Amino acid sequence: MGLFILRRFGVMILTALCMTFIVFFLTNLYPKLETLAKTQGNARMSDAEVVSWIERNGYSGPMVLRYGQWLGVVPGWTRVDGTTGDLTGRCIVRTATQAEAEAAPSFCGIIQGNFGYPTVSDDDVSAIIGGRLLLTLKLMAWAFGVMVPAALVVGVMAGMREGSRLDRSLSTFSIASTATPEYVSGVIFIVLFASSTTGISPWLAEMGWIEGRTLFLGSARSAMTDITFWNFTLPVMTIALYGMGYIARMTRASMAEVMTAQYIRTARLKGVSFRNIVLKHALRNALIAPFTVIMLQFPWLLTGVVIVETLFNYNGFGWTLVQAASNNDIELLLACSIVAVLVVLVTQLISDIGYVFLNPRIRIS
Amino acid sequence: MELLTWSGAMGGFLNPILLAALAVFIIAFIANFVMTLAGIGPGEMQVNADHTLTLQRTPSDYALMAMKYAVLLVVACFVAYVIGGVLLPSAEGRGIIGGMAARFLPVWIALIVTFTVSIIFKRRLGLYGKLFDSPVGMIGFGLVMFWMFTAIFAGLVATHGPIDIISAMRNGLPGAMLPDPGDGDFPYYLLGADNLGRDVFSRMVMGAREVLKIAPAATLFAFMVGVTLGLPAGYYGGKLDTLLTFTANLVLAFPVILLFYLLVTPEIVAAGIPTYMAAVLFLFPIIFLIVLWNSRFYTQPMRRNIYVAITLLIGGWLYLGLAWNSDPLGIINMPANILIVFVSVVFVNSPTVFRIVRGIVLDIKTRDYVAAGQTRGEGPWYIMLWEILPNARGPLIVDFCLRIGYTTILLGTLGFFGLGVSPESPDWGSTINEGRRLLTIYPHPALPPALALMSLVLGLNLLADGLREESLKD
Repeated sequence: MGLFILRRFGVMILTALCMTFIVFFLTNLYPKLETLAKTQGNARMSDAEVVSWIERNGYSGPMVLRYGQWLGVVPGWTRVDGTTGDLTGRCIVRTATQAEAEAAPSFCGIIQGNFGYPTVSDDDVSAIIGGRLLLTLKLMAWAFGVMVPAALVVGVMAGMREGSRLDRSLSTFSIASTATPEYVSGVIFIVLFASSTTGISPWLAEMGWIEGRTLFLGSARSAMTDITFWNFTLPVMTIALYGMGYIARMTRASMAEVMTAQYIRTARLKGVSFRNIVLKHALRNALIAPFTVIMLQFPWLLTGVVIVETLFNYNGFGWTLVQAASNNDIELLLACSIVAVLVVLVTQLISDIGYVFLNPRIRIS
Repeated sequence: MELLTWSGAMGGFLNPILLAALAVFIIAFIANFVMTLAGIGPGEMQVNADHTLTLQRTPSDYALMAMKYAVLLVVACFVAYVIGGVLLPSAEGRGIIGGMAARFLPVWIALIVTFTVSIIFKRRLGLYGKLFDSPVGMIGFGLVMFWMFTAIFAGLVATHGPIDIISAMRNGLPGAMLPDPGDGDFPYYLLGADNLGRDVFSRMVMGAREVLKIAPAATLFAFMVGVTLGLPAGYYGGKLDTLLTFTANLVLAFPVILLFYLLVTPEIVAAGIPTYMAAVLFLFPIIFLIVLWNSRFYTQPMRRNIYVAITLLIGGWLYLGLAWNSDPLGIINMPANILIVFVSVVFVNSPTVFRIVRGIVLDIKTRDYVAAGQTRGEGPWYIMLWEILPNARGPLIVDFCLRIGYTTILLGTLGFFGLGVSPESPDWGSTINEGRRLLTIYPHPALPPALALMSLVLGLNLLADGLREESLKD
């Protein structure tokens, strides 16, 4: 078992290295650097000035070496200015004095915890990412808390009597929910519940049942400081709805399979009530397969989070990623990618290991 | 300005019926739900001593019956709106729903013809014909074909150009009349106008063409890539399998949105990455076809040479035009921003297809007929392409339908973030994105494309479900 985890861990590290290199490669292509030089320096730079800017700021040199510097396994670049004699370098803060510059460490990459500085703000990238990630974690936790139990209940109810009317209506619901991506359900939810001209809000306001002009808020901006039922329901429901159908269908398939098993028939012939068969005999075995699916939902959820945060104006991690990408903020985008990649890989690892633990039929020798 | 009503002249008669049917449905649904909780189930069949059957009807049965007839009545009402819309002469009489139904006339005719022909000949049409035995599959197929025909006849269906701007109509409500319609202009904006004064209905119709131009083709390419790599990975196993599986997992581990943000940017296009990716990915269909012909006809060199030559000629021509934008005849080309969208969607989808194909091959290669082929001395590619692949078609066809839907969602996501599409493009994702800014005040520009996208994907999912059900039956 230990060897299995170790091997999976090794593969994970290798994958993480490959993925971060791909991201690094794509964000550090020459046209990207050119755009960066022109936004940082002067929009009307000549080609020669762009080249010298790139050289001055340590973006020249082979891609692999720069990746190593960013990772922190290759000494960071340093450069002595030809005219002023000032020492600049990757590990030297822009405002540092010469004495501080001399004393700067030679390695500073993400292994040393140095994520660099974003182009639009003076805050450290890690500080920005940390705060934003916390906001997103709240959103994800709520979405998961709604999505998983609801999906499991729907899936189990549909799968316990395959082909019944309940099964057919719940399956149709799951199919419909997988056909509704976040940017569609979000729009529909806002129109129905958060618009002052259409949906149910004007009617409720007329009846005097709600205080504000709309039932729910169409923007989750206020939820960043204070989460309430009224500003957080729509984003959470929007994320939960799309993922729910898929988990429910997997649970249904697994439940339907378990319900045809021999031991269920034995239990039924012994006269165990249907309720007890479902709750005590079938449920536990039926939940093994969905576990993997649930863990693998995280990468999907990440996409959903990005869409929902943009749609509802919630400045979390996804919103930051969109901003970093559209502002060509290389360091911030790289840091966002690391977090996203790590989330995906760690959930994959947990799902693999958890599957082995949950399923007694698999023995790793 | 006078707005068109939603239901026109038919409203006075049909609206009360529709509302009543809906009310009955809701009441019956609640009643049924309450009865289920209270433990009153539907009546059960009883076998009497004289071999007759007795069905005891319970209140629950009556509630279900009421629900069924209410649904039928609602459907009948909508059919009446459509037929009325086609038959009534004046635009005011037709209303918005009828007006749209009248514009969709070519689509209705094409749908009726398709369904009639298919149902008449369904016993001779294999899996496609069996689809018409399953109501779910038929509904799905109907929805998909509706959008397919809309895309084909978009020029006839649309009332205005997708980028025609009438600034006086800015944010006009559904059914608004044009300020001064010229001769031959359609005098109304059926679903209102967006914030620039463009017709929402026409943009939605033209958007179907944008989406259906890319989604099926991209899915097909992803399948070619996935199949060409998945077959040898599953069949040979070993180092090749390890390497390919690792690469596939690598791509799959990327959050889709991150990959899109990294790939679909003007700078990446400037660096020429899409061309290189297209150069690699677009080779696979040609390789696939050549291997396909060669493995089958290598005993008849004449025939094989003709097939391979034709494939090389047409494939090479398309390849040069699509991937390298250097078609010697200058007919085939693809704008760089569409190419990058196409390539990234293929890139994101093919690892999943690869995994599915590999899994199926691992299962099928243990079968007896594969062993028989090996004993006969068939080549490995013949066994893979002509023995294993045809037997894997069931799950692959089902996944193909699902994947077109998923690709549609991905394209919508790209449009929603304004990646890779031109700002004027009427595709559904960008239209939703434009509409969402004023969503709480003017919901009408964002809602039609959202519902259109949802119904297309729903149709594809239902179609896949129907196909799965029917292919499992035999």
